[in-house]
Amino acid sequence: MHEFSICQALITQVEQIAISHGALKVQSVKLRIGSLSGVELPLLEHAYPFASAGTLVEGSTLEIERAPLKVNCEACGLESEVKANLLTCRMCGSCLIRVVSGEELTLMSVELITT
Amino acid sequence: MCNTCGCNITPGNREFAYKPVNGMTPVSVLKNLLAKNNDQAEHNRRHFDRHRLLTVNLMSSPGAGKTALLEASIDALRDKYRIGVIEGDLETENDAVRIRARGAPAYQITTGSACHLDAHMVHDALHEFPLEELDILFIENVGNLVCPASFDLGQHRNVTLLSVTEGDDKPAKYPVMFRAADAVILTKSDLLPVLDDFDPARAELSLRNLGSRAPVIRLSARKNLNLGDWLDWLIGELVQKRGKLAADVLAQPVADPQSILSNTGMGG
Ligand SMILES: Nc1nc2c(ncn2[C@@H]2O[C@H](COP(=O)(O)OP(=O)(O)OP(=O)(O)O)[C@@H](O)[C@H]2O)c(=O)[nH]1
Ligand SMILES: [Zn+2]
Ligand SMILES: [Zn+2]
Ligand SMILES: [Zn+2]
Ligand SMILES: [Zn+2]
Repeated sequence: MHEFSICQALITQVEQIAISHGALKVQSVKLRIGSLSGVELPLLEHAYPFASAGTLVEGSTLEIERAPLKVNCEACGLESEVKANLLTCRMCGSCLIRVVSGEELTLMSVELITT
Repeated sequence: MCNTCGCNITPGNREFAYKPVNGMTPVSVLKNLLAKNNDQAEHNRRHFDRHRLLTVNLMSSPGAGKTALLEASIDALRDKYRIGVIEGDLETENDAVRIRARGAPAYQITTGSACHLDAHMVHDALHEFPLEELDILFIENVGNLVCPASFDLGQHRNVTLLSVTEGDDKPAKYPVMFRAADAVILTKSDLLPVLDDFDPARAELSLRNLGSRAPVIRLSARKNLNLGDWLDWLIGELVQKRGKLAADVLAQPVADPQSILSNTGMGG
C-alpha cells in the first residue's frame, strides 16, 4: 500500500509550503488525481488523518478533484474520453493514442491560516 | 503534458494564486506528489549513465518468473556481457542467493512490508555495488502489479512479465502497470499446451487496448524456449543506450575553457 508513503510525501510538501508562508495552520489541501495515476483515492483519504497527525496539516480538509481520462488519437486527430482499460480512440478505434489527461497526481493548492 | 514542470496550469486553475482572504491564503502549488522520488531517480540515472550501464526494471506479479528469467539471461550472456542484479523482496535473500549462484553480483534490498522499491532504496544499494564492472544492471522489483509502476527508480527501461498461468486479461485489469512497460514478456510458455484458456493473441489485444506499442515476447525461462527474441531486445537496448551516450559526449564542446588554458600553458 504505497498510498501511505505518498500521503506522507504530500504532508511534507504541504507543511513546507505552510512554513515558508509563515502559516499557523493549514485549512485545506486540494489535489487533482487521474484514474491512471496508480493511486486509490479511498486509501489516500484514509491515510490522510494518520499521516498529518502532529503536523501543521492536522485537522485540515482534503479535497480531491478527479481528472478525466482523455486520449488524443494520432490516426484521426480527435480527443475522446475513455475508460482506463480501453484507451483506444472513441472515434476511430485506433490504438495509436496519447493520454492527455488522467495520469495526474498533483497538489493543486493549499489554503493556509495566517492569522 | 507532464505533471512536474507546471505546464498543467490552465486558465481554469490559475485563479488559486497568493491572495489572502480573511487570514486564509490559497497557495497554488501544482507539484507532483512524487517529486522527491523523481529527483532521486534522476540522480540514480546519472550514476547509471556515468557508468555506461543499461538499467532494466523487471516488474510482475509474485512468482511470474522474474528470477528465473534473470538466471537464464545471465547464463546466456555470461561470455559477452557483465550483468548485476538489485533484488527487491519483502523478506529473504533467496533471489540474491540464486543470482550469485550464477556468478553474477547481486544486492538484496529487503523491503519489510513495503510493496515496491523506491528511488531512495535503489540509491542506497548503488553505493554497495560494482557499477563500473557492469554492462547491464537489472532491478527485480517486488512482485506486485500495482504500485511498482508509480515509482521511477532511475531505470532506462521497464519490462513487465505476465506468466501464462495468470490469465490473458491482466493488462486490462492493471492498466497502469502494463502501460509503463517498454516490453512485455509472456513467461512460462512451456505451459501453454496445458493452459488452453490463455490466448497470447488475446493478451496482446488487451495490451494494445491500452495504447501500448511495446513488443510482446513469448518465452520459457525454465525450458530455455525462445530466449533469443528477449536477448536481442535487451542487447539492442544496450547498444542504443551506448550509442546515445557516445552521441551525448560528442555533442559537448570539444574543449572547455579550462582545458584550453592548460593546453596553452596559461593555466595556473
Ligand atoms: N514451467 C515454468 N515454470 C517457471 C518458468 N519460470 C519460472 N517458473 C517457476 O515459477 C516459480 C516462480 O519463479 P520465480 O523466478 O521465482 O518468480 P519471481 O517472479 O522471481 O518470484 P518473486 O520474486 O517471488 O515475485 C518457480 O517455481 C519457477 O521454477 C517457466 O518458464 N516455466
Ligand atoms: Zn481516432
Ligand atoms: Zn524473484
Ligand atoms: Zn507499494
Ligand atoms: Zn549518489
